[in-house]
Amino acid sequence: MRSGCLKNEMNWNRKDLLGLRELSADEINFILETADAFKQVGTREIKKVPALRGKTLVNFFVEPSTRTRTSFELAAFRLSADVINISATTSSLTKGETLKDTARNLEALHADILVLRHSSAGAAQFLAQRLKSSVINAGDGAHEHPTQGLLDMYTIREKRGRIDNLHVVIVGDILFSRVARSNIFGLTKLGARVTLVGPSTLVPREFEKLGVTVSNQIDKVLPDADVVNLLRIQHERQRKEYFPGISEYTTLFGLTKERAKLLKPNCLVMHPGPINRGVEIDSEVADGLQSVILDQVTNGLAVRMAVLYLCGGIAA
Amino acid sequence: MQMDDKKHIASRARTSGVPIMDAEAIWRALRRIAHEIIEQNADLKSVVLAGIPLRGVEVAHRLAEFIRDVAKIDIETGTIDVAMHRDDVGTRAELPMVHASKLPLPLEHRTVIIVDDVLFTGRTVRAAMDAISSFGRPARIQLAALVDRGHRELPIRADYVGKNLPTATREQIQVRLQNVDQEPDAVWLFKE
Repeated sequence: MRSGCLKNEMNWNRKDLLGLRELSADEINFILETADAFKQVGTREIKKVPALRGKTLVNFFVEPSTRTRTSFELAAFRLSADVINISATTSSLTKGETLKDTARNLEALHADILVLRHSSAGAAQFLAQRLKSSVINAGDGAHEHPTQGLLDMYTIREKRGRIDNLHVVIVGDILFSRVARSNIFGLTKLGARVTLVGPSTLVPREFEKLGVTVSNQIDKVLPDADVVNLLRIQHERQRKEYFPGISEYTTLFGLTKERAKLLKPNCLVMHPGPINRGVEIDSEVADGLQSVILDQVTNGLAVRMAVLYLCGGIAA
Repeated sequence: MQMDDKKHIASRARTSGVPIMDAEAIWRALRRIAHEIIEQNADLKSVVLAGIPLRGVEVAHRLAEFIRDVAKIDIETGTIDVAMHRDDVGTRAELPMVHASKLPLPLEHRTVIIVDDVLFTGRTVRAAMDAISSFGRPARIQLAALVDRGHRELPIRADYVGKNLPTATREQIQVRLQNVDQEPDAVWLFKE
Protein backbone atom coordinates (compact mmCIF):
# COMPACT_ATOMS: atom_id res chain seq x y z
CA MET A 1 0.00 0.00 0.00
CA ARG A 2 2.64 2.49 1.05
CA SER A 3 4.44 1.98 -2.25
CA GLY A 4 1.16 2.14 -4.09
CA CYS A 5 1.61 5.79 -4.97
CA LEU A 6 4.58 4.91 -7.17
CA LYS A 7 3.55 3.80 -10.63
CA ASN A 8 5.63 2.42 -13.39
CA GLU A 9 3.40 2.67 -16.42
CA MET A 10 4.74 4.74 -19.26
CA ASN A 11 1.87 6.47 -21.04
CA TRP A 12 3.76 8.34 -23.70
CA ASN A 13 4.88 7.44 -27.20
CA ARG A 14 5.03 10.71 -29.15
CA LYS A 15 7.93 12.74 -30.48
CA ASP A 16 5.90 15.94 -30.75
CA LEU A 17 3.47 17.95 -28.67
CA LEU A 18 1.26 19.86 -31.09
CA GLY A 19 -1.96 20.30 -29.16
CA LEU A 20 -4.15 18.87 -26.45
CA ARG A 21 -6.98 18.04 -28.83
CA GLU A 22 -5.24 14.86 -30.02
CA LEU A 23 -4.12 13.67 -26.57
CA SER A 24 -6.00 11.15 -24.45
CA ALA A 25 -6.92 11.84 -20.83
CA ASP A 26 -4.31 9.22 -19.85
CA GLU A 27 -1.60 11.02 -21.79
CA ILE A 28 -2.51 14.36 -20.24
CA ASN A 29 -2.50 12.87 -16.75
CA PHE A 30 0.83 11.22 -17.45
CA ILE A 31 2.41 14.56 -18.42
CA LEU A 32 1.04 16.12 -15.21
CA GLU A 33 2.46 13.26 -13.10
CA THR A 34 5.84 13.54 -14.82
CA ALA A 35 5.73 17.28 -14.10
CA ASP A 36 5.37 16.45 -10.39
CA ALA A 37 8.77 14.74 -10.49
CA PHE A 38 10.36 17.66 -12.30
CA LYS A 39 8.79 20.28 -10.05
CA GLN A 40 10.70 18.69 -7.19
CA VAL A 41 14.00 19.40 -9.01
CA GLY A 42 13.34 23.13 -8.57
CA THR A 43 13.50 22.73 -4.78
CA ARG A 44 16.97 21.15 -4.76
CA GLU A 45 20.18 22.90 -3.88
CA ILE A 46 21.38 22.15 -7.41
CA LYS A 47 18.41 22.70 -9.69
CA LYS A 48 19.75 20.80 -12.63
CA VAL A 49 19.61 17.18 -13.79
CA PRO A 50 21.43 15.53 -16.70
CA ALA A 51 18.27 14.07 -18.27
CA LEU A 52 18.81 15.78 -21.66
CA ARG A 53 22.57 16.25 -21.53
CA GLY A 54 24.03 16.58 -25.02
CA LYS A 55 20.67 17.40 -26.62
CA THR A 56 20.20 20.67 -28.49
CA LEU A 57 17.00 22.64 -28.25
CA VAL A 58 16.11 25.44 -30.62
CA ASN A 59 13.65 28.04 -29.42
CA PHE A 60 12.27 29.26 -32.72
CA PHE A 61 9.96 32.18 -32.01
CA VAL A 62 8.54 33.77 -35.12
CA GLU A 63 6.13 35.76 -32.95
CA PRO A 64 7.40 37.79 -30.01
CA SER A 65 7.19 36.17 -26.57
CA THR A 66 9.46 36.61 -23.59
CA ARG A 67 7.61 34.64 -20.96
CA THR A 68 7.07 31.38 -22.84
CA ARG A 69 10.49 31.47 -24.46
CA THR A 70 12.36 32.01 -21.18
CA SER A 71 10.26 29.32 -19.50
CA PHE A 72 11.26 26.80 -22.19
CA GLU A 73 14.83 28.05 -22.03
CA LEU A 74 15.09 27.61 -18.27
CA ALA A 75 13.35 24.21 -18.50
CA ALA A 76 15.95 23.10 -21.04
CA PHE A 77 18.82 24.43 -18.89
CA ARG A 78 17.52 22.49 -15.89
CA LEU A 79 17.58 19.34 -18.02
CA SER A 80 21.16 20.11 -19.16
CA ALA A 81 20.22 20.62 -22.82
CA ASP A 82 21.96 23.27 -24.92
CA VAL A 83 19.71 26.09 -26.12
CA ILE A 84 19.73 28.35 -29.15
CA ASN A 85 17.19 31.17 -29.38
CA ILE A 86 16.06 32.42 -32.75
CA SER A 87 13.48 35.16 -32.98
CA ALA A 88 11.62 36.56 -35.94
CA THR A 89 13.81 39.60 -36.22
CA THR A 90 17.06 37.65 -36.22
CA SER A 91 15.92 34.87 -38.51
CA SER A 92 16.15 34.79 -42.26
CA LEU A 93 12.37 34.61 -42.47
CA THR A 94 12.56 38.36 -42.86
CA LYS A 95 14.82 37.74 -45.85
CA GLY A 96 12.23 35.58 -47.56
CA GLU A 97 13.32 32.09 -46.49
CA THR A 98 10.38 29.73 -46.09
CA LEU A 99 9.52 28.16 -42.77
CA LYS A 100 10.44 24.75 -44.10
CA ASP A 101 13.85 25.87 -45.31
CA THR A 102 14.62 27.56 -42.02
CA ALA A 103 13.61 24.43 -40.15
CA ARG A 104 15.67 22.17 -42.39
CA ASN A 105 18.67 24.35 -41.71
CA LEU A 106 18.04 24.00 -38.00
CA GLU A 107 17.87 20.26 -38.40
CA ALA A 108 21.13 20.26 -40.33
CA LEU A 109 22.62 21.70 -37.14
CA HIS A 110 21.40 18.52 -35.41
CA ALA A 111 18.83 20.22 -33.27
CA ASP A 112 17.00 17.52 -31.33
CA ILE A 113 14.05 19.57 -30.15
CA LEU A 114 12.39 22.48 -31.89
CA VAL A 115 10.13 24.73 -29.82
CA LEU A 116 8.03 26.75 -32.23
CA ARG A 117 5.96 29.88 -31.74
CA HIS A 118 4.30 30.98 -34.97
CA SER A 119 1.48 33.26 -36.07
CA SER A 120 -0.05 30.62 -38.36
CA ALA A 121 -2.27 27.83 -37.07
CA GLY A 122 -0.80 24.46 -38.05
CA ALA A 123 2.80 25.66 -38.36
CA ALA A 124 4.00 23.22 -35.69
CA GLN A 125 2.22 20.31 -37.30
CA PHE A 126 3.64 21.27 -40.68
CA LEU A 127 7.17 20.99 -39.32
CA ALA A 128 6.53 17.93 -37.16
CA GLN A 129 5.52 15.97 -40.24
CA ARG A 130 8.69 16.96 -42.08
CA LEU A 131 11.38 16.83 -39.43
CA LYS A 132 12.96 14.07 -37.41
CA SER A 133 13.41 16.43 -34.48
CA SER A 134 10.80 16.68 -31.78
CA VAL A 135 8.52 19.64 -32.36
CA ILE A 136 6.86 21.36 -29.42
CA ASN A 137 4.10 23.83 -30.21
CA ALA A 138 4.62 26.97 -28.14
CA GLY A 139 1.59 28.64 -29.68
CA ASP A 140 0.43 28.62 -33.32
CA GLY A 141 -1.92 31.40 -34.34
CA ALA A 142 -5.35 31.03 -32.76
CA HIS A 143 -5.01 27.22 -32.75
CA GLU A 144 -3.35 25.83 -29.60
CA HIS A 145 -0.83 26.59 -26.87
CA PRO A 146 -0.64 23.13 -25.28
CA THR A 147 1.96 23.81 -22.58
CA GLN A 148 -0.11 26.76 -21.31
CA GLY A 149 -3.17 24.51 -21.14
CA LEU A 150 -1.13 21.88 -19.31
CA LEU A 151 0.31 24.30 -16.77
CA ASP A 152 -3.16 25.68 -16.09
CA MET A 153 -4.44 22.15 -15.46
CA TYR A 154 -1.39 21.30 -13.37
CA THR A 155 -2.04 24.36 -11.19
CA ILE A 156 -5.73 23.53 -10.75
CA ARG A 157 -4.89 19.92 -9.85
CA GLU A 158 -2.21 21.06 -7.42
CA LYS A 159 -4.43 23.59 -5.64
CA ARG A 160 -7.73 21.73 -5.71
CA GLY A 161 -6.51 18.12 -5.74
CA ARG A 162 -8.50 17.23 -8.84
CA ILE A 163 -9.92 18.55 -12.11
CA ASP A 164 -12.86 16.21 -12.47
CA ASN A 165 -16.21 17.89 -11.82
CA LEU A 166 -14.76 21.34 -11.18
CA HIS A 167 -16.42 24.31 -12.85
CA VAL A 168 -13.85 26.32 -14.79
CA VAL A 169 -14.86 29.70 -16.19
CA ILE A 170 -12.74 31.18 -18.96
CA VAL A 171 -13.29 34.88 -19.57
CA GLY A 172 -12.23 37.04 -22.47
CA ASP A 173 -11.36 36.87 -26.12
CA ILE A 174 -12.03 33.18 -26.70
CA LEU A 175 -12.31 33.43 -30.47
CA PHE A 176 -8.69 34.44 -31.00
CA SER A 177 -7.26 32.61 -28.02
CA ARG A 178 -5.11 29.51 -28.40
CA VAL A 179 -4.84 29.41 -24.62
CA ALA A 180 -8.62 29.07 -24.37
CA ARG A 181 -8.70 26.30 -26.97
CA SER A 182 -5.97 24.24 -25.30
CA ASN A 183 -7.73 24.70 -21.96
CA ILE A 184 -11.09 23.67 -23.40
CA PHE A 185 -9.70 20.49 -24.97
CA GLY A 186 -7.69 19.49 -21.92
CA LEU A 187 -10.20 20.38 -19.21
CA THR A 188 -13.15 18.67 -20.86
CA LYS A 189 -11.08 15.50 -21.34
CA LEU A 190 -10.28 15.47 -17.64
CA GLY A 191 -13.93 15.88 -16.70
CA ALA A 192 -14.19 19.57 -15.82
CA ARG A 193 -17.27 21.65 -16.61
CA VAL A 194 -16.21 24.64 -18.70
CA THR A 195 -18.08 27.92 -19.21
CA LEU A 196 -16.82 30.55 -21.63
CA VAL A 197 -17.71 34.16 -20.95
CA GLY A 198 -17.16 37.25 -23.09
CA PRO A 199 -18.71 39.58 -25.63
CA SER A 200 -20.74 37.51 -28.10
CA THR A 201 -18.52 38.70 -30.95
CA LEU A 202 -15.55 37.07 -29.23
CA VAL A 203 -17.34 34.06 -27.75
CA PRO A 204 -19.55 32.67 -30.50
CA ARG A 205 -22.14 30.01 -29.66
CA GLU A 206 -20.31 27.62 -32.00
CA PHE A 207 -17.96 26.81 -29.15
CA GLU A 208 -20.78 24.83 -27.54
CA LYS A 209 -19.96 22.09 -30.05
CA LEU A 210 -16.79 21.50 -28.02
CA GLY A 211 -18.85 20.46 -25.01
CA VAL A 212 -18.75 23.75 -23.12
CA THR A 213 -21.34 26.34 -22.06
CA VAL A 214 -21.25 29.86 -23.49
CA SER A 215 -22.48 32.88 -21.56
CA ASN A 216 -22.16 36.63 -21.78
CA GLN A 217 -23.36 37.36 -18.27
CA ILE A 218 -20.34 37.10 -16.07
CA ASP A 219 -22.15 38.03 -12.83
CA LYS A 220 -24.43 35.01 -13.15
CA VAL A 221 -21.57 32.61 -13.76
CA LEU A 222 -18.98 33.71 -11.19
CA PRO A 223 -20.78 32.58 -7.98
CA ASP A 224 -20.67 28.94 -9.18
CA ALA A 225 -17.04 28.96 -10.41
CA ASP A 226 -14.26 26.84 -8.88
CA VAL A 227 -11.68 28.42 -11.16
CA VAL A 228 -11.75 31.68 -13.12
CA ASN A 229 -9.19 31.90 -15.89
CA LEU A 230 -8.93 35.44 -17.27
CA LEU A 231 -7.44 35.78 -20.70
CA ARG A 232 -5.36 38.74 -21.63
CA ILE A 233 -7.04 41.26 -23.88
CA GLN A 234 -4.67 41.16 -26.79
CA HIS A 235 -4.60 44.76 -27.95
CA GLU A 236 -2.25 43.85 -30.75
CA ARG A 237 -4.73 41.41 -32.25
CA GLN A 238 -7.98 43.23 -31.69
CA ARG A 239 -9.89 44.53 -34.59
CA LYS A 240 -12.42 47.23 -33.81
CA GLU A 241 -15.46 45.43 -35.14
CA TYR A 242 -15.06 42.61 -32.60
CA PHE A 243 -14.16 44.56 -29.54
CA PRO A 244 -16.32 46.90 -27.47
CA GLY A 245 -13.53 49.21 -26.25
CA ILE A 246 -11.33 48.79 -23.22
CA SER A 247 -13.29 50.62 -20.54
CA GLU A 248 -16.54 49.06 -21.71
CA TYR A 249 -14.89 45.63 -21.62
CA THR A 250 -13.73 46.19 -18.05
CA THR A 251 -17.21 47.29 -17.02
CA LEU A 252 -18.87 44.27 -18.62
CA PHE A 253 -16.30 41.49 -18.16
CA GLY A 254 -13.34 42.66 -16.07
CA LEU A 255 -12.70 40.91 -12.75
CA THR A 256 -12.94 44.08 -10.68
CA LYS A 257 -12.55 44.24 -6.93
CA GLU A 258 -16.36 44.46 -6.55
CA ARG A 259 -17.07 41.63 -8.96
CA ALA A 260 -14.52 39.36 -7.20
CA LYS A 261 -16.81 39.44 -4.14
CA LEU A 262 -19.16 37.15 -6.09
CA LEU A 263 -16.54 34.39 -6.07
CA LYS A 264 -16.55 31.44 -3.70
CA PRO A 265 -13.79 31.84 -1.11
CA ASN A 266 -11.82 28.88 -2.50
CA CYS A 267 -12.25 29.83 -6.16
CA LEU A 268 -8.87 30.11 -7.91
CA VAL A 269 -8.06 33.18 -9.99
CA MET A 270 -5.79 32.45 -12.94
CA HIS A 271 -4.26 34.45 -15.76
CA PRO A 272 -1.75 33.32 -18.40
CA GLY A 273 0.02 36.69 -18.27
CA PRO A 274 1.13 39.24 -19.02
CA ILE A 275 -1.60 40.98 -17.03
CA ASN A 276 -3.27 44.18 -18.14
CA ARG A 277 -3.93 45.55 -14.66
CA GLY A 278 -7.18 47.44 -14.54
CA VAL A 279 -8.41 45.93 -17.83
CA GLU A 280 -9.32 42.25 -17.48
CA ILE A 281 -8.35 42.13 -13.79
CA ASP A 282 -7.93 44.66 -10.96
CA SER A 283 -4.58 44.82 -9.19
CA GLU A 284 -6.18 43.91 -5.84
CA VAL A 285 -7.53 40.68 -7.34
CA ALA A 286 -4.37 39.80 -9.27
CA ASP A 287 -2.32 40.12 -6.09
CA GLY A 288 -5.03 38.74 -3.78
CA LEU A 289 -5.20 35.51 -1.82
CA GLN A 290 -7.20 33.68 -4.45
CA SER A 291 -4.71 34.46 -7.19
CA VAL A 292 -2.45 31.61 -8.32
CA ILE A 293 -0.93 33.58 -11.18
CA LEU A 294 2.65 33.21 -9.96
CA ASP A 295 2.14 29.51 -9.21
CA GLN A 296 1.23 29.17 -12.87
CA VAL A 297 4.62 30.59 -13.81
CA THR A 298 6.48 28.18 -11.48
CA ASN A 299 4.41 25.24 -12.67
CA GLY A 300 4.98 26.19 -16.30
CA LEU A 301 8.62 25.39 -15.79
CA ALA A 302 7.88 21.91 -14.38
CA VAL A 303 5.35 21.13 -17.11
CA ARG A 304 7.77 22.21 -19.85
CA MET A 305 10.55 20.10 -18.34
CA ALA A 306 8.18 17.13 -18.45
CA VAL A 307 7.19 17.79 -22.07
CA LEU A 308 10.79 18.26 -23.22
CA TYR A 309 11.83 15.09 -21.40
CA LEU A 310 8.97 12.96 -22.74
CA CYS A 311 9.21 14.18 -26.35
CA GLY A 312 12.94 14.70 -26.64
CA GLY A 313 14.36 12.14 -24.23
CA ILE A 314 14.68 9.26 -26.67
CA ALA A 315 17.61 9.00 -29.08
CA ALA A 316 16.30 9.98 -32.55
CA MET B 1 -1.70 -3.03 -25.55
CA GLN B 2 2.01 -2.96 -24.96
CA MET B 3 1.64 -3.33 -21.23
CA ASP B 4 -0.65 -6.33 -21.67
CA ASP B 5 1.93 -7.96 -23.90
CA LYS B 6 4.63 -7.36 -21.33
CA LYS B 7 2.52 -8.79 -18.53
CA HIS B 8 1.71 -11.80 -20.67
CA ILE B 9 5.37 -12.45 -21.41
CA ALA B 10 6.25 -11.94 -17.76
CA SER B 11 3.70 -14.47 -16.57
CA ARG B 12 4.83 -17.02 -19.15
CA ALA B 13 8.44 -16.50 -18.17
CA ARG B 14 7.53 -16.94 -14.53
CA THR B 15 6.83 -20.60 -15.17
CA SER B 16 10.39 -21.12 -16.47
CA GLY B 17 11.99 -19.14 -13.65
CA VAL B 18 13.87 -20.63 -10.72
CA PRO B 19 12.91 -19.38 -7.26
CA ILE B 20 16.03 -18.16 -5.43
CA MET B 21 14.47 -16.64 -2.31
CA ASP B 22 11.01 -17.04 -0.87
CA ALA B 23 9.16 -14.69 1.49
CA GLU B 24 10.79 -16.24 4.55
CA ALA B 25 14.31 -15.90 3.10
CA ILE B 26 13.67 -12.28 2.13
CA TRP B 27 12.34 -11.54 5.62
CA ARG B 28 15.44 -13.03 7.25
CA ALA B 29 17.86 -11.30 4.87
CA LEU B 30 16.28 -7.89 5.46
CA ARG B 31 16.20 -8.42 9.23
CA ARG B 32 19.93 -9.24 9.15
CA ILE B 33 20.68 -6.11 7.09
CA ALA B 34 18.73 -4.05 9.63
CA HIS B 35 20.90 -5.46 12.42
CA GLU B 36 24.04 -4.64 10.43
CA ILE B 37 22.86 -1.09 9.83
CA ILE B 38 22.29 -0.67 13.57
CA GLU B 39 25.74 -2.11 14.30
CA GLN B 40 27.57 0.02 11.73
CA ASN B 41 25.88 3.34 12.55
CA ALA B 42 26.39 4.51 16.10
CA ASP B 43 24.32 7.60 15.39
CA LEU B 44 21.24 5.88 13.97
CA LYS B 45 19.17 9.06 14.18
CA SER B 46 21.31 10.61 11.45
CA VAL B 47 20.57 7.76 9.03
CA VAL B 48 18.22 8.19 6.04
CA LEU B 49 17.15 5.12 4.09
CA ALA B 50 16.75 6.35 0.50
CA GLY B 51 14.99 3.83 -1.72
CA ILE B 52 15.28 3.70 -5.49
CA PRO B 53 11.82 3.33 -7.16
CA LEU B 54 10.01 1.11 -7.31
CA ARG B 55 11.13 -1.80 -5.17
CA GLY B 56 14.02 -0.09 -3.41
CA VAL B 57 11.46 2.22 -1.79
CA GLU B 58 9.55 -0.77 -0.44
CA VAL B 59 12.76 -2.45 0.79
CA ALA B 60 13.74 0.79 2.56
CA HIS B 61 10.38 0.88 4.36
CA ARG B 62 10.78 -2.71 5.48
CA LEU B 63 14.30 -2.06 6.78
CA ALA B 64 12.98 0.95 8.69
CA GLU B 65 10.35 -1.28 10.31
CA PHE B 66 12.92 -3.86 11.40
CA ILE B 67 15.13 -1.09 12.80
CA ARG B 68 12.16 0.37 14.67
CA ASP B 69 11.42 -3.05 16.21
CA VAL B 70 14.98 -3.73 17.23
CA ALA B 71 16.43 -0.34 18.15
CA LYS B 72 13.19 1.52 18.98
CA ILE B 73 14.19 4.35 16.70
CA ASP B 74 12.02 5.87 13.97
CA ILE B 75 14.49 6.05 11.16
CA GLU B 76 13.72 8.41 8.27
CA THR B 77 13.07 7.08 4.79
CA GLY B 78 13.06 8.75 1.40
CA THR B 79 12.79 8.21 -2.33
CA ILE B 80 15.61 8.90 -4.72
CA ASP B 81 14.78 9.16 -8.44
CA VAL B 82 17.57 7.92 -10.70
CA ALA B 83 15.84 8.23 -14.07
CA MET B 84 16.80 11.90 -14.49
CA HIS B 85 20.42 11.07 -13.71
CA ARG B 86 21.10 8.13 -16.00
CA ASP B 87 24.16 8.14 -18.23
CA ASP B 88 22.57 6.63 -21.36
CA VAL B 89 20.76 9.73 -22.68
CA GLY B 90 22.19 9.46 -26.19
CA THR B 91 21.65 5.74 -26.65
CA ARG B 92 18.55 4.66 -24.78
CA ALA B 93 15.73 3.12 -26.77
CA GLU B 94 13.17 3.40 -24.01
CA LEU B 95 12.55 6.42 -21.82
CA PRO B 96 12.77 5.69 -18.10
CA MET B 97 9.87 6.94 -16.04
CA VAL B 98 10.70 9.72 -13.59
CA HIS B 99 9.47 9.92 -10.00
CA ALA B 100 9.69 12.76 -7.52
CA SER B 101 12.63 12.44 -5.11
CA LYS B 102 11.83 12.92 -1.45
CA LEU B 103 14.64 13.31 1.05
CA PRO B 104 14.66 14.88 4.51
CA LEU B 105 16.71 18.08 4.26
CA PRO B 106 19.32 19.25 4.94
CA LEU B 107 21.50 16.20 4.26
CA GLU B 108 24.62 17.71 5.85
CA HIS B 109 25.89 15.61 8.78
CA ARG B 110 23.63 12.73 7.80
CA THR B 111 24.28 9.21 6.55
CA VAL B 112 22.28 8.37 3.45
CA ILE B 113 21.88 4.66 2.78
CA ILE B 114 20.88 4.01 -0.83
CA VAL B 115 18.52 1.02 -0.91
CA ASP B 116 17.74 -1.05 -4.00
CA ASP B 117 16.41 -4.53 -4.68
CA VAL B 118 19.12 -5.74 -7.08
CA LEU B 119 22.71 -4.54 -7.43
CA PHE B 120 24.06 -5.27 -10.93
CA THR B 121 26.27 -2.96 -13.03
CA GLY B 122 26.38 -0.22 -10.42
CA ARG B 123 25.18 2.42 -12.89
CA THR B 124 21.91 2.96 -11.06
CA VAL B 125 23.83 3.51 -7.84
CA ARG B 126 26.10 6.03 -9.55
CA ALA B 127 23.00 7.88 -10.76
CA ALA B 128 21.57 7.76 -7.23
CA MET B 129 24.76 9.26 -5.76
CA ASP B 130 24.62 11.98 -8.41
CA ALA B 131 20.99 12.69 -7.49
CA ILE B 132 21.76 12.80 -3.77
CA SER B 133 24.56 15.29 -4.29
CA SER B 134 22.13 17.68 -5.97
CA PHE B 135 20.32 17.90 -2.62
CA GLY B 136 23.39 18.60 -0.53
CA ARG B 137 26.49 16.98 0.91
CA PRO B 138 25.77 14.14 3.31
CA ALA B 139 28.47 13.09 5.76
CA ARG B 140 28.54 9.66 4.12
CA ILE B 141 26.65 7.52 1.62
CA GLN B 142 26.26 3.75 2.06
CA LEU B 143 24.59 1.11 -0.08
CA ALA B 144 22.20 -1.73 0.77
CA ALA B 145 20.83 -4.27 -1.72
CA LEU B 146 18.61 -7.30 -1.27
CA VAL B 147 20.49 -9.19 -4.01
CA ASP B 148 23.99 -8.60 -5.40
CA ARG B 149 24.24 -10.42 -8.72
CA GLY B 150 27.75 -9.23 -9.67
CA HIS B 151 28.94 -7.86 -13.07
CA ARG B 152 29.87 -4.41 -11.83
CA GLU B 153 30.84 -1.89 -14.51
CA LEU B 154 31.82 0.81 -12.02
CA PRO B 155 33.96 0.81 -8.86
CA ILE B 156 30.99 0.38 -6.53
CA ARG B 157 30.32 -2.16 -3.78
CA ALA B 158 27.50 -2.64 -1.32
CA ASP B 159 27.87 -2.12 2.45
CA TYR B 160 24.91 -4.41 3.16
CA VAL B 161 23.85 -7.38 1.00
CA GLY B 162 20.91 -9.73 1.55
CA LYS B 163 22.19 -12.41 -0.77
CA ASN B 164 25.21 -12.72 -3.05
CA LEU B 165 24.03 -14.42 -6.20
CA PRO B 166 26.59 -15.26 -8.91
CA THR B 167 24.83 -14.99 -12.28
CA ALA B 168 25.59 -15.03 -15.98
CA THR B 169 24.99 -11.69 -17.72
CA ARG B 170 22.34 -13.28 -19.91
CA GLU B 171 20.35 -14.38 -16.91
CA GLN B 172 17.72 -12.14 -15.35
CA ILE B 173 16.90 -11.54 -11.71
CA GLN B 174 13.40 -10.44 -10.76
CA VAL B 175 12.37 -9.38 -7.31
CA ARG B 176 8.65 -9.50 -6.49
CA LEU B 177 7.33 -7.71 -3.41
CA GLN B 178 3.75 -7.96 -2.25
CA ASN B 179 3.13 -4.23 -1.80
CA VAL B 180 4.54 -3.32 -5.20
CA ASP B 181 3.66 -6.26 -7.41
CA GLN B 182 0.58 -7.72 -5.69
CA GLU B 183 2.42 -11.04 -5.78
CA PRO B 184 4.00 -13.01 -2.93
CA ASP B 185 7.52 -11.90 -1.94
CA ALA B 186 10.10 -13.79 -3.98
CA VAL B 187 13.36 -13.54 -5.93
CA TRP B 188 13.36 -15.33 -9.29
CA LEU B 189 16.20 -16.29 -11.64
CA PHE B 190 15.48 -16.59 -15.36
CA LYS B 191 17.89 -18.31 -17.75
CA GLU B 192 18.39 -16.92 -21.30
